[in-house]
Amino acid sequence: MNTTLKLAVSPHIHSGRSTAGIMRDVLIALLPATAAGTILFGWRALLVVSLCTACCVGFELLFNLITKQDLTVGDLSAAVTGVLLGLNLPANVPLWQCVVGSLFAIIVVKCLFGGIGCNLVNPAITARVFMLVAFGSMATQAFPTMVDAVSGATPLGGSVTDFSLTDLFLGLRGGAIGETCALALLIGFVYLLVRRVITWHVPVTFVGTVYILSFFFEGMDFDHALAMILSGGLLLGAIFMATDYVTSPSTAAGKIIFGLGAGLITVLIRYFGVYPEGVSFAILLMNILTPYIDAWTKHKVFGVGGKKA
Amino acid sequence: MKNNGNMTTLLKGILVENPVLVLILGTCPTLATTTNVAGAFGMGIAALVVLVCSNILISLLRKIIPDNVRIPCYIVIIAGFVTMVQMIVQAFFPALYEMLGVYLALITVNCIILGRAEMFASKNSVGKSALDGIGMGLGFTLALCAMAVIREVFGNASFAGMPIPFFEPFKIAFLVKAPGGMLVYGLLIALVSAVTRGKAPAKTEFSCEGCPSAGNCHTGLCQAKGEEL
Repeated sequence: MNTTLKLAVSPHIHSGRSTAGIMRDVLIALLPATAAGTILFGWRALLVVSLCTACCVGFELLFNLITKQDLTVGDLSAAVTGVLLGLNLPANVPLWQCVVGSLFAIIVVKCLFGGIGCNLVNPAITARVFMLVAFGSMATQAFPTMVDAVSGATPLGGSVTDFSLTDLFLGLRGGAIGETCALALLIGFVYLLVRRVITWHVPVTFVGTVYILSFFFEGMDFDHALAMILSGGLLLGAIFMATDYVTSPSTAAGKIIFGLGAGLITVLIRYFGVYPEGVSFAILLMNILTPYIDAWTKHKVFGVGGKKA
Repeated sequence: MKNNGNMTTLLKGILVENPVLVLILGTCPTLATTTNVAGAFGMGIAALVVLVCSNILISLLRKIIPDNVRIPCYIVIIAGFVTMVQMIVQAFFPALYEMLGVYLALITVNCIILGRAEMFASKNSVGKSALDGIGMGLGFTLALCAMAVIREVFGNASFAGMPIPFFEPFKIAFLVKAPGGMLVYGLLIALVSAVTRGKAPAKTEFSCEGCPSAGNCHTGLCQAKGEEL
């Protein structure tokens, strides 16, 4: 018997879940979207996702080695960032831009701020915005190989009525690799909910806000509003990136505020903004507000009052 | 800072107390004129000349200028030199004059020059003030050039206006825009901070003693530490 007393800070009861375990679940949940992207856009889509993943993991390893820190690639968070970044890019993106984007996501957004848990904003979404602004990478969108490219306009660029709802649901439209197939994303969402990796609050309020506001903007048309939530990167962003533990509020009330705010900003940018894609900017802005939302929605602790020490 | 050798006075402006990257002064011209290496170099040299001249003159007059009106006096002296530099640049380097535009005139209100007048020249001998001006001016020029090289080479695939062959398809135009400038600026500050870790002066060494608003400062942060020194 080991009789040594061990001192440790709370919490003392551990659920057995680890960062690596959660990240592995997220990776599994992203598999359907990756598979759908590969089927829709061809093998180059898989190449882009793999390259981003390899670069993200590689850059994090390199940064750890150079700064002589503990190796943090084992927690798989860099891999999740890489897969998400890859899924956020169109399949025809030049490969060197993937490398620059990964460098930005991992080194600038994550490692320079102190690594996992310390980043102010989600690395994948920030890199997507960076690449959108820097390269205009979303301007020339790849189309699924089986879709008639004549239609040209993406749902957000043109009229939503160019695409049938079934096409939108299955992902037969232009866009980033992972964002088009709503079916695959919803499978991932259900998996994450069942595994209790995420809660429903952010995705449901986010998508719900966009739906309700789009309903009014589209002239009270249910189908058009539905098309709006199946367009762009909304589902991918709401399910996988707005739910990032580090950059979204931790209380249920906070998550609902986060989702409402992100939905509102998305709709405003979609209808009044210059850039076609509001979701990335909405998540980025709400990421920045997260510490304040957390402060507003802090739980009241029972039995605590009077002066603070 | 009082008993340092002349060499330290000269060299501290280049890295350890670099005006742009450590003292965070003069950020406006830093962001605005670093899209082109030639423009950045011209800006740096122009500011260097004004800084050295104004430091010398302010140091000479430091016992004459009444304390209550020192800032207007400094501004008049600096504006005089800026006007001279501006006329010289306009006469001999018209291309540079076009490129820098309003930022040349804005050297008058550049915080580096006013800051060094307030922090250094008004308290030190003429020789030391001149050395400080040269060091700070060189530090400013180097920081501007470093930023301009990064922004122009990677953002515009050119160097001082000359295109770099084979680099064109890989340029990141974002870096030439204002947000890209902020990004490069932040990264350079981080780099300098990592390199000079432990060597850079504590903030209080240069903030309170020369801070014009020290009297109105209610945060107490500066003063609490300033009293300890």
